[in-house]
Amino acid sequence: MLNDSFMTSRLDAALGWARKFSIFQYPFVTACCGMEYMATACSHYDVDRFGAGLPRFSPRQADVLFVVGTISHKMAPVLRRIHDQMAEPKWVVAFGVCTCTGGFYDNYATVMGIDTIMPVDVYIPGCPPRPEMVLDGLMKLQNKIQDQHTSGWRPAPEPRPDTFEV
Amino acid sequence: MNTPSLIELAKQRFPKAVSAWHTYRGDETVVLCREFLLEVARFLKDDSAFKMNFLMDLTAVDYSTFGKGPAPAFFASSGVAVSPSSQISDEDPWPGPPGEARFAVAYHFFSLVHKHRLRLVVPVEEAADGTVAELESVTSLWAGADWLEREVWDMFGIRFQGHPDLKRILMYKEFEGHPLRKDYPVNKRQPLIGPVN
Repeated sequence: MLNDSFMTSRLDAALGWARKFSIFQYPFVTACCGMEYMATACSHYDVDRFGAGLPRFSPRQADVLFVVGTISHKMAPVLRRIHDQMAEPKWVVAFGVCTCTGGFYDNYATVMGIDTIMPVDVYIPGCPPRPEMVLDGLMKLQNKIQDQHTSGWRPAPEPRPDTFEV
Repeated sequence: MNTPSLIELAKQRFPKAVSAWHTYRGDETVVLCREFLLEVARFLKDDSAFKMNFLMDLTAVDYSTFGKGPAPAFFASSGVAVSPSSQISDEDPWPGPPGEARFAVAYHFFSLVHKHRLRLVVPVEEAADGTVAELESVTSLWAGADWLEREVWDMFGIRFQGHPDLKRILMYKEFEGHPLRKDYPVNKRQPLIGPVN
């Protein structure tokens, strides 16, 4: 019995290690934060060191949704659909202060933080965030992915609060 | 062509249509009665002295709260931002809103031939029951007016007669109201999904 639990735990750790270093991201880039996203992705900061260097441009193939830039109410249903199309396990990163809280766009057009329309795993504030902050957020996400596996934590099956209904 | 003559030419040609004019820091503005808009616009585009073949901008202003609240600290009471430089000629000071009308639609013209500019300002009244007067569309003269007029409709609720497809351009079709009107509540939210916050 002891032997079984030991083996299971180690396998989860290995799975977590594999997952956190093969992040296939879906960049949902709408605004100026995209420049900083590109700076992070290019050779100087080289996001490929963390195994997240390959953006997938189909949500079906992606693990992590990077929401980069201001989200308007007009675009919110599109973003929500992109999120719904991603296969589990999936994670969401709010990149920049507009996606975290709406930023200074407290007006009729802007979603006040994407966590009002979908669950968010990592928030990276900044206007725009420096590449160091993006990498810090990415490493925090990696730790979260690893912890979810070693602790046996699993996402609840499709948590859908009423506010998330399209 | 020196600057004051554009206003003079327009005044001579359309004495009834031009209700006011001013030159503010070298920018010439003609205030026009809205009934004459299309006629004057066609003349400005085709006349050899004007040749306004480029509609640079078309936008609107809601003057309904103008001068009724405290002015921002960086504006003097004259409406001049900060302190005016003495090196820029200011023959006529900015005269304020064009008349009593709630809205004003502004047309910014540029002539690629003569390299001169002219601004048309057309006051648009709002009746007591809330109906806003309609303007004639200039899309038949400048195709670029298409999206600009849709934006003015979307943001201010001013309709343009003769526009080929006057619908919202920035906001979604479920959106109610016109957000750049001064009576649109600054905190009003109409999200398609998610909570109202």
